[in-house]
Amino acid sequence: MAIILLFLPLVFALMQFFIKGDIAKKTALVSSLIILGMNIFLLTQFDANSKFNFFNHTPWIHDLGISFDLGIDGLSMLMLLLTNVLIPIIIYSSFRTDRKDSHVFYAMILMMQFGLNGVFMALDGILFYMFWEITLIPIWLICATWGGEDRIKITLKFFIYTFFGSLFMLLALIYTFMQTPDHSFALQSLYNANLSGTGLYFVYGSLFLGFAIKMPIFPFHTWQPDTYTTSPTQGTMLLSGIMLKMGIYGVMRWMLPLAPEASSTVAPWMMLLSIIGIVYASFIAITQKDIKRIFAYSSIAHVGMIAAGLFALNIDGWQGASFQMIAHGINIVGLFFIAYIIEDRMKTRDITTLGGIAKVAPKFAVFFMIVMLGSMAVPLTNGFVGEFLLLKGIYNANMWMCIVAGTSIIFCAVYMLRVYQLTMFGETNHITEKFEDLNTQEIIVLSIISILVIVLGFFPNIIFELTNSSVFNTLQIALGITS
Amino acid sequence: MEQLLYLIPLLPFLGFAIIGLFGKSLSKTIVGTLGTTMVFVPFIISVMLFMNLGHEHTEFYQNVFSWIKFNGININFSFLVDPLSVMMMMIITGIGTLIHIYSMGYMHDDEGFYKFFAYLNLFIFSMLLLVMGANYIVMFFGWEGVGLCSYLLIGFWYKNKDYGKSARKAFIMNRIGDLGLLIGIFIIWNQYGSFEYKEVFKIASTGSGSTALTIATFCLFIGAMGKSAQIPLYTWLPDAMAGPTPVSALIHAATMVTAGIYMIVRSNVLYNLCPDTLHFVALVGIATSLFAAIIGLRQNDIKKVLAYSTVSQLGLMFLALGVGAYTGAMFHLMTHAFFKALLFLGAGSVIHAMSGEQDMRRMGGLKDKIKITHAVFLIGTLAIAGFPLLSGFFSKDEILASVFEHSPILWALAFISSMITGIYMFRLYFVTFWGKFRGTHEQEHHLHESPSNMTIPLIVLAFLSVVGGFLNLPHLMGEGASQKLANFLHPAFKYSTISHLGLDHTTELILMAVTTLGVLTVIFLCHKFYTQESNLPKEDHEVVGLEKTIAHKFYIDEIYDKVFVNPIAWCGRMFHSVLENKVIDGFVNGVGQTVNYGSNIFKYLQNGNIEYYVLGMTIGIIFIFILKLIL
Repeated sequence: MAIILLFLPLVFALMQFFIKGDIAKKTALVSSLIILGMNIFLLTQFDANSKFNFFNHTPWIHDLGISFDLGIDGLSMLMLLLTNVLIPIIIYSSFRTDRKDSHVFYAMILMMQFGLNGVFMALDGILFYMFWEITLIPIWLICATWGGEDRIKITLKFFIYTFFGSLFMLLALIYTFMQTPDHSFALQSLYNANLSGTGLYFVYGSLFLGFAIKMPIFPFHTWQPDTYTTSPTQGTMLLSGIMLKMGIYGVMRWMLPLAPEASSTVAPWMMLLSIIGIVYASFIAITQKDIKRIFAYSSIAHVGMIAAGLFALNIDGWQGASFQMIAHGINIVGLFFIAYIIEDRMKTRDITTLGGIAKVAPKFAVFFMIVMLGSMAVPLTNGFVGEFLLLKGIYNANMWMCIVAGTSIIFCAVYMLRVYQLTMFGETNHITEKFEDLNTQEIIVLSIISILVIVLGFFPNIIFELTNSSVFNTLQIALGITS
Repeated sequence: MEQLLYLIPLLPFLGFAIIGLFGKSLSKTIVGTLGTTMVFVPFIISVMLFMNLGHEHTEFYQNVFSWIKFNGININFSFLVDPLSVMMMMIITGIGTLIHIYSMGYMHDDEGFYKFFAYLNLFIFSMLLLVMGANYIVMFFGWEGVGLCSYLLIGFWYKNKDYGKSARKAFIMNRIGDLGLLIGIFIIWNQYGSFEYKEVFKIASTGSGSTALTIATFCLFIGAMGKSAQIPLYTWLPDAMAGPTPVSALIHAATMVTAGIYMIVRSNVLYNLCPDTLHFVALVGIATSLFAAIIGLRQNDIKKVLAYSTVSQLGLMFLALGVGAYTGAMFHLMTHAFFKALLFLGAGSVIHAMSGEQDMRRMGGLKDKIKITHAVFLIGTLAIAGFPLLSGFFSKDEILASVFEHSPILWALAFISSMITGIYMFRLYFVTFWGKFRGTHEQEHHLHESPSNMTIPLIVLAFLSVVGGFLNLPHLMGEGASQKLANFLHPAFKYSTISHLGLDHTTELILMAVTTLGVLTVIFLCHKFYTQESNLPKEDHEVVGLEKTIAHKFYIDEIYDKVFVNPIAWCGRMFHSVLENKVIDGFVNGVGQTVNYGSNIFKYLQNGNIEYYVLGMTIGIIFIFILKLIL
């Protein structure tokens, strides 16, 4: 079952190469909807309380202890849902733009979906690493081919930087493999590896480097604002909405459970680093003028909060992180779509040249407001649930860090409301007076996002029913408590 | 009954959703009526709940659904209606209904009419969550929700950039407070393992104070400072007057800004365990009360005067809380809601009549032109000044008496503050309504009384401002008739030891006589002074020295800009241009460049020329031999 969900996107991606012309958009959308349907079907067969559903074990490279292990627990299911719900939205959001070689563009998105599904299902170290790298190539091609100015230089840096991080991750996995009693890359064997002393910290640090660059956590983030800004909108959505969650998921599934003994001494410092990043990114976001760049820095701040919650190593922080991954994924895709709508119509991303859009595009103003409120963590939106639990988790670990991290809810209001003020409010000028309100396709995309923002804010238990036992169990392993 | 509690906030929420989604295609009458009904029905239910409370039930509780539930935590979306919340609910929905009716007239020609009613309904929903929540989390939903509505309504006329700035300022200052509140809530969870009021207060009532609890109550108070505009987070409220006048009346006078008072009264059990925090609350309260009153003396925009007056009156309520007079604070909260809503709506009627003019220096002589507005405004002014037997008289008197019992010095300061209140209010009244008309001819031509849907709410509020005080007459009026409100609210204080008025009747009477005398003197002097042409407020450029400092609100906004806003913006720019681009990214790029540089050098080693390789080998071998010989 899991295998079908895994390979479905690959099949569709290969088919997509042969579909030329305008119909490519539609076939891509249909493909992604079929994949979503498959995922929902798995959900109906899913038991959130058992350990790994649809477990599949196939020996692969026997001598090296590598096997094709797949399985889905609550946390994986959550990530799969995030991926497979967002990708149809992302594909649909691109319908207004006509691209050269669009069939390749959509093939790359589906290829990416294949890699992402793999990352979230893999229960073998090498398999995980393989899918991890598979995601990098399509996204790099998307950004380098269909991106904006300076795309070659910027995407090269992005590629090398993240690749550099993943190599350390591979090293750590191999090192751990060598310490396993049964010489296997299987997740459970890696958990049981006898790590100690320098080796323990080597594994912890190397995995951290790989995941921290991906998320990214301060100070490993400098590839991110440029890449987000220059990528085509769908690329930015994939990167910020789903791909960075690989890093967070990696920390939860691989890094902390592999080296629980290192956590107790190092976690507070990691938390401190994350929190410095929150404040640092928020401060920068306040003064930027490029709307995509502001959202990029806001993403660093939000992800910093998630990371801090993870390193708080308690259940509130972890459940909050799980929830916030979803909330952030939805909201940031919404925000970048909004930035795209503005850029597409106004041919500029400089918010200081805009203003008064609310007057000419009232529908757009409403949707922008809803997504912004979600991002600002206003209660009864999805953003609040995550940030509330994250802050609670951070508080349980350290009150002072919680206060500093909490300032981000103030700063987020500062920069978000500034963006809204400068773009939507005020009098219209000669640029914005021609702003046409949303078309049906845009309304559909933003409606889905807005509904998710509000429904998850009112009924967060939809998510916690999935994560309740799986996140709890994973945390127990990360704390070194074996039951 | 109990199972229907959720209907109370749900109705205004539905109103918000329906008007927000379809309001554009509905007629103004339908939108207005729908919006008003969705507030009026909850008012009726609240009154029914009020009738039932105290007889068969002491409280109503409903757990609507489980909001967050996982291993280790369970937060319910639950409602609690006890005397304290029902009192707030009646104020919110009652005054809310009146203001909805008033807005149908006031906002009639506005293009955002339906949006306005949608926001107002959303506000009522949030405010009801705030007071009906059975735990700190549901209260927090409402707490931030009202802040959001406040933001939306202050910036309602979004084309004006200054209004947008005021709206953002309000939201951000409120968020600073919200963070404090949130931290306070976390500490409470840590101490008591629950967010539910019932459980927290039950455990707290058997325990004693601690440092953690003192910090918690202090953090909660930071939240109250933001929402209820106390020093140092008060500067947003005067700017909030950018919103339409009904908003100023409903949100920035009668209901939202009193949320801080409600929250502290709700947490009275915790505050009683922390006398240090209570002292602090009292000090902040009296300082704010005096400070805002002084600024109010030199404002000329009629809404600004009322705004500073609100800040000052809220300060007085916090002073009452600080000395443990919870009932007194709630009593004043209620009467203040009546007369301040009245004054704001009256001011709105004046502004309406004056075609948008807000500066009292351009008014004058209105008492014969707009008679109903004049009459109700006079009642409001007398009530807030504490004229005998009007509502403000009794509620202020109760606060002053409790403060006197606590400390005569604080009493003296509070007395001064309430005298200043009288001065600026009667300055406002006489300058606006007496003397000669000072506006333009056009304005004079347009002068007209407001339509009946605006004057009827005014008359109702005027009536309440007159009789509201009789709900809680002082002890010395006899046992049967007195202290009704105190007796009603008593269950809310069941876990805390409430200090009953220990003053003997003679002292109480003397205090009452002193304030009465003070008020009458103030009215007499103001009448003498402000009805003379030469004593009218000066033009801006004529104002110098200390007066100028007061007129410029002691330059607090400018100081905040210099101390907080500018440095943060500077840091943001510096982080980006230096730290981000030069240091961090410089290092990352440096690594890349080093590799490039290295490969540029080493590439010569691999040039495909065999002689070079042989030479290299030979040198290497010789080198190794030499090393071997030496070692």
